[in-house]
Amino acid sequence: MMMEFTLWDIVRNLITGLEWTLGLSLTAFLLGGIVGLLVLAGRIGKFPWLRKTMRGYIELFQGTPLLMQLFLVFFGISLMGVDVPAWLAAAIGLTLFTSAYLAEIWRGCVEAIPKGQWEASSSLAMTWVEQMRYVILPQALRIAIAPTVGFSVQVVKGTSVASIIGFAELTKTGGMLANATFKPFLVFGLVAIGYFILCYPLSHFAARLERKYHGSAH
Amino acid sequence: MAYHFDFAAVWEYREQLATGALHTLGLITVGAGLGVSLGTFGAISRAWKIKPFDKLFTAYVELIRNTPFLVQLFFIFFGLPALGIKLGEWQAAIIAMVVNLGAYSTEIIRAGIQAIPRGQIEAASSLAMTRPQIFRHIVLRPALQKVWPALTSQIVIVMLGSSVCSQISAEELTYAANFIQSRNFRAFETYITVALMYLLLAFGVRWLLNQFGNRFVSGRAKP
Repeated sequence: MMMEFTLWDIVRNLITGLEWTLGLSLTAFLLGGIVGLLVLAGRIGKFPWLRKTMRGYIELFQGTPLLMQLFLVFFGISLMGVDVPAWLAAAIGLTLFTSAYLAEIWRGCVEAIPKGQWEASSSLAMTWVEQMRYVILPQALRIAIAPTVGFSVQVVKGTSVASIIGFAELTKTGGMLANATFKPFLVFGLVAIGYFILCYPLSHFAARLERKYHGSAH
Repeated sequence: MAYHFDFAAVWEYREQLATGALHTLGLITVGAGLGVSLGTFGAISRAWKIKPFDKLFTAYVELIRNTPFLVQLFFIFFGLPALGIKLGEWQAAIIAMVVNLGAYSTEIIRAGIQAIPRGQIEAASSLAMTRPQIFRHIVLRPALQKVWPALTSQIVIVMLGSSVCSQISAEELTYAANFIQSRNFRAFETYITVALMYLLLAFGVRWLLNQFGNRFVSGRAKP
């Protein structure tokens, strides 16, 4: 059976895909941020074995393709006899991916805080948690905002890889529409515009934050 | 439920894995060479405001950096034939990688060029260096030297990203993995092996680029 697609049909379907892309991005970014904080705590914490483990975790996720990570989550959970839907595998995979990158970005920000701050706060008999809470993190947070917003663009773009494990977000929807309409040029052009609409404001915002904080910090 | 891992089922296909890894390395070698060249040209155009290339490269950089590599690849492979440009899977993969890396390296190298103090160029021209000499020794080399670590990271990121080229049937490492797991039904073992291979490739490429940077870009390790 053949079906005629009007331009509006294509756009309407792509918008649905875009919503899933947005949902997956938000999920991965928020959960990745929470997991990333835990990874960061281990990575800069007091226990050498934990620091090493977290370093390995970060290197593993930064040294392998996101596609492999999604495949491993997808097939790894199936091994335990549980059937995972594509959206769940994508959400878990992208959360882990995001957490590793955010932890590494934030580590740089924490380490940018001068050593004297640590020494001064410990001479005030603050515990490690107090030092973090009252001295280090408030300052690190300031310099972390711009690169964190910048990384969110990578997360949005990363969700396109979830199409390969069968999650019907924007890229997957585009692929199906291109096959159904025989108009790949138009459809993938629109898909690219969809991502651009999501990512460009974020990139722009990140660049503005960068200028703002970079300018006032020195 | 106990699951028995069977890596022998992956070892059987070692030839396919080796070929796939070589193809991935080939892709990134060509992609990085052409991509960084394109990026150098873009960076000069943007840093020195060479019309009309500066505006063109600004638009190009924004467009590429704000869309996923997979969509760029699909657009080139599936979309361009509508304009009469038919590309094989390798051509499409290479072009997508060059276009993608070109945009990122434009930004990276531009930062390096802009960090070069004006006085350096003035000093060089007062020493009667020719423009090509100034460009080569005073601008490009120190600029590349400054941004080489960032460029190295970006090249590794693009190499890892090339795993999605399996989707247009370019027979690189991930394609080999997909093929193998469809034969031996050992998806997990296959993908974990290939993930570790990517990890090794990433370390290897990073190490090679560091060596290359020391030797040819900063010229420190000359015998």
